[in-house]
Amino acid sequence: MKSYYLFIKDYHSEIRTRYAVNSLIMFIIVAISVILFSIGNERIPGNLTAGLYWVVIFFSAMSGLGRAFISEEERGTSMTLQLIASPSTVLSGKIIFNIILVFAMNIVITLLYSALFDEFVIRNFSLFLLNFIIGNLGLAVSATIIAAIIAKAGSKGTLYPVLSFPILLPLILTSAKLTLFSIEGAAFGDAVFELAIVACYDVIMISASYMLFDFIWKD
Amino acid sequence: MIWKSFLFLLLAFVSVAGITFPIVEKPNAWYEFPLINGLGENAKIIFFHVPTAWLTVIAFLMSTIYSIKYLRKKNLDDDAKSYSAAQLGIIFCILATVTGSVWSKFAWGSFWSWDPRQSSIFALLLIYGAWFALRSAVEQEEKRATLSAVYAIIAFITVPFFIFIMPRIMTGLHPGSADDTNAGPVVDFKMNVNMQLIFYMSLTGFTILYFWMWRLGYKSIILTTKLFIREKPSE
Repeated sequence: MKSYYLFIKDYHSEIRTRYAVNSLIMFIIVAISVILFSIGNERIPGNLTAGLYWVVIFFSAMSGLGRAFISEEERGTSMTLQLIASPSTVLSGKIIFNIILVFAMNIVITLLYSALFDEFVIRNFSLFLLNFIIGNLGLAVSATIIAAIIAKAGSKGTLYPVLSFPILLPLILTSAKLTLFSIEGAAFGDAVFELAIVACYDVIMISASYMLFDFIWKD
Repeated sequence: MIWKSFLFLLLAFVSVAGITFPIVEKPNAWYEFPLINGLGENAKIIFFHVPTAWLTVIAFLMSTIYSIKYLRKKNLDDDAKSYSAAQLGIIFCILATVTGSVWSKFAWGSFWSWDPRQSSIFALLLIYGAWFALRSAVEQEEKRATLSAVYAIIAFITVPFFIFIMPRIMTGLHPGSADDTNAGPVVDFKMNVNMQLIFYMSLTGFTILYFWMWRLGYKSIILTTKLFIREKPSE
């Protein structure tokens, strides 16, 4: 329950400045327009669309999700948090906030993609939805734990995508494949193995994050 | 001393045998290798390519084990051991990438073709690079040790995806890929006894070499830190 209040705190401080949301929206628009400019009048095939979809998701996540712990270090509030809440509570609060941010971001990206790309037509919607949910969950959890490391490393902004990319690579590759499946309208049975990989990734990342966060958080 | 001379003899024999022993259609003598279809003379690089790839993973495993040890005991010596293992790991990772892409040029026609195993060695290279970037970003020793230990553990749990799952579900050119009709590595099926013998000798030799270098590496790191601490008060 305490983690819910932590989330509410983050939500209020976000509403006050709207820093993450504004920069995320602008980043998504910029990234998609760069892709559209470089494509021009070409028609790009489905597999490229699925890949580019996850490129935009990855870089948007990198620009928006890193703030979670850096903001605490900048404002000097991490000591207070250490006093009033256990490490797992803090991590849960941050993960809830990042999950909501990732879902909002990806709904916007998906809507823009379906409006702007001819090939981005989802033919197997239930598969896409399932992949959307478990993929975003894994993305939010991994991004949160790396953000915690970055914040303690002296908030080096450029290091964040460097550290996150190898960790997120299995998730991104598998999810890009699943997105391609749902664009092609493949049957649910063909994608079970890939879905299982993403689900395993989520479970492993969630358990590892909760086990290791204590060491990062306590100085 | 005995170990060092043994290692020298072993690696010298493996290098000479691996490069000079002839490949023939029907091997009879003890020094002849069988002809593997589609590989020919290229097959010999297996004695040097596979051990480096194997040591890349072993080094990463050891780095992770000592990271876990560090987090439990908070002993900076464990951090030195982990760091030294990773230093060797990145060297072997680069060697595996280079030997692999040379082999790939002559066996498959191009230096790099995003075969799943090539992607996974590339991912390992990225992980090592990111790990060293993280270490260089933190100044304070304890903090650096803790953060890099945590990152090493998180990165290591993604490695099974790269090493074991991805190459088996994606279609690729390496033996053991999803569409491979040989159904397994070349080691068991197409090598004859003496080729296998030299292969495993090479694997053992390189592993001993690795452990030797690793011991030297972490001892020198620990000694450097001690000297540094001792020098400080006199300043």
